[in-house]
Amino acid sequence: MPGFRTLLYKELLRFWKVSFQTIAAPVLSALLYLLIFSHALESRVQVFPGVAYTSFLIPGLAMMSLLQNAFANSSSSLIQSKITGNIIFVLLTPLAPLEIFAAYVLAAAVRGVVVALGVLLVTSVFAPVPLQQPLWALAFAVLGGGIMGALGIVAGIWADKFDQVAAFQNFIIVPLTFLAGVFYSVQSLPAFWQHASHLNPFFYMVDGFRFGFFGAADISPVVSVTVVGGFLIALSALGLWLLQAGYKLRH
Amino acid sequence: MPFAIEIKQVHKRFGSLRALGGISLEIPQGEFFGLLGPNGAGKTTLISILAGLARADSGELRVMGYDVVSQYRHARRRIGVVPQELVFDPFFTVRETLRIQSGYFGLRDNDAWIDEIIERLDLTDKAGANMRQLSGGMKRRVLVAQALVHRPPVIILDEPTAGVDVELRQGLWHFVRELNQAGHTVVLTTHYLEEAEALCSRIAMLKQGVIVALDTTRNLLRQVAGVRLRLRLAPDRLPAALATKMIGAEDDSRLLALDSYAQIESVLADLRAESIQVQELEVLQADLEDVFVQVMRRH
Repeated sequence: MPGFRTLLYKELLRFWKVSFQTIAAPVLSALLYLLIFSHALESRVQVFPGVAYTSFLIPGLAMMSLLQNAFANSSSSLIQSKITGNIIFVLLTPLAPLEIFAAYVLAAAVRGVVVALGVLLVTSVFAPVPLQQPLWALAFAVLGGGIMGALGIVAGIWADKFDQVAAFQNFIIVPLTFLAGVFYSVQSLPAFWQHASHLNPFFYMVDGFRFGFFGAADISPVVSVTVVGGFLIALSALGLWLLQAGYKLRH
Repeated sequence: MPFAIEIKQVHKRFGSLRALGGISLEIPQGEFFGLLGPNGAGKTTLISILAGLARADSGELRVMGYDVVSQYRHARRRIGVVPQELVFDPFFTVRETLRIQSGYFGLRDNDAWIDEIIERLDLTDKAGANMRQLSGGMKRRVLVAQALVHRPPVIILDEPTAGVDVELRQGLWHFVRELNQAGHTVVLTTHYLEEAEALCSRIAMLKQGVIVALDTTRNLLRQVAGVRLRLRLAPDRLPAALATKMIGAEDDSRLLALDSYAQIESVLADLRAESIQVQELEVLQADLEDVFVQVMRRH
């Protein structure tokens, strides 16, 4: 599948060439959140027994950054290519819809994971973060990146303008990731909001990812991985179907 | 030997607009084919459908015998399209752009050919430059290079010389002609009719999504009967017998339309009879532009 490899390489090179903006900037944002929230809340909040609030916060911030950046990667690449017209360089080739899909999703997941690693690396200076179940953490990182890569493809194909992608990002992705239990445990919420949080797919990604670090979570990681896996399959099916149908791509 | 391009009864609508209304066309391998028509005639739509950028509502299209929908992988390997729009990816250099495009087609170790097209298209100095830094003409050359990077037997150029300087235009035609002589089938759309006349052995003219003329360039030129005569006379007046033949005047000369070459003699006789001297005489032959105008008027 050398065609697929080339598209993957191109997508990786694309964000790597502007890594100041695509990697360093989100790492800095996460660091600012950590400094502000840990300063304000460290002494007042304890979520898991024996885990300092700052430590609790770090995996959540890493996952939030991963999700937002994976989405940004595939959605911005597609909308830019569509608007500038250079999407035809891909559409003119013998690449199959599955190859196009896989390349964009994988590149998005890689960017998300690289940003998350950056966040973990920089923030680990401020508080110890154990990694008790690394395989769980890895599984949720990869699944989360894949889901957001696929969602970015759907948004990038659907949108006709930059501000539609920005609206998707600002009105759906950012609120849902913020409210996914990054800064708090949903168990601390009133019953209604606890139930509402369980309808938020991002909650399972954050909670499962955090389980990988502390071996403790709001709900069982098996439940989370099932929900997250189901989302990945559903979004992948949607993204692949759009590519196959040529929706808004092949007129 | 299959046709390079086979198009059968292709229809395409965009909403209420009929873009293509039943196009059928066969282009043999090795031909230099011209696709002409006014803006909005459907040329680019037809090319887009051939290349897989758009989908026909009905009908069948084949490239080197491969169906462009059901056998798209085979078809797309065999066709290279130079798009009309000046598009580029601002993230990459010229060489990166070409390597990536080559990789999409599954080609590795294609650097020798990439070097060759870079050189042939006079891009050597710019190979390491970012696409953003190139002038419009240079970007156009890169688009040509991208279309050729997988050595397609069928090359489609959609108005490749729009807004391009004379030097590049000539260099480009020289290169494309060579590719055609080496066996590549070339399909060209252009608004420069003299280019089409000089390059294309056969031409289709489109209007509102249908083919209104399809013939060899020679036969098309023959269709336009008659010759035109440009005369500068002293004294500057026409005998009454010739007044009906006059179709125009430029500065100090007059333009006459004749049915055939044979009439030139009688025109000269009429002038001699009235002692009008011919100071300048030019016989103008019909060109593709005349044919084009006539065909478009008729339909």
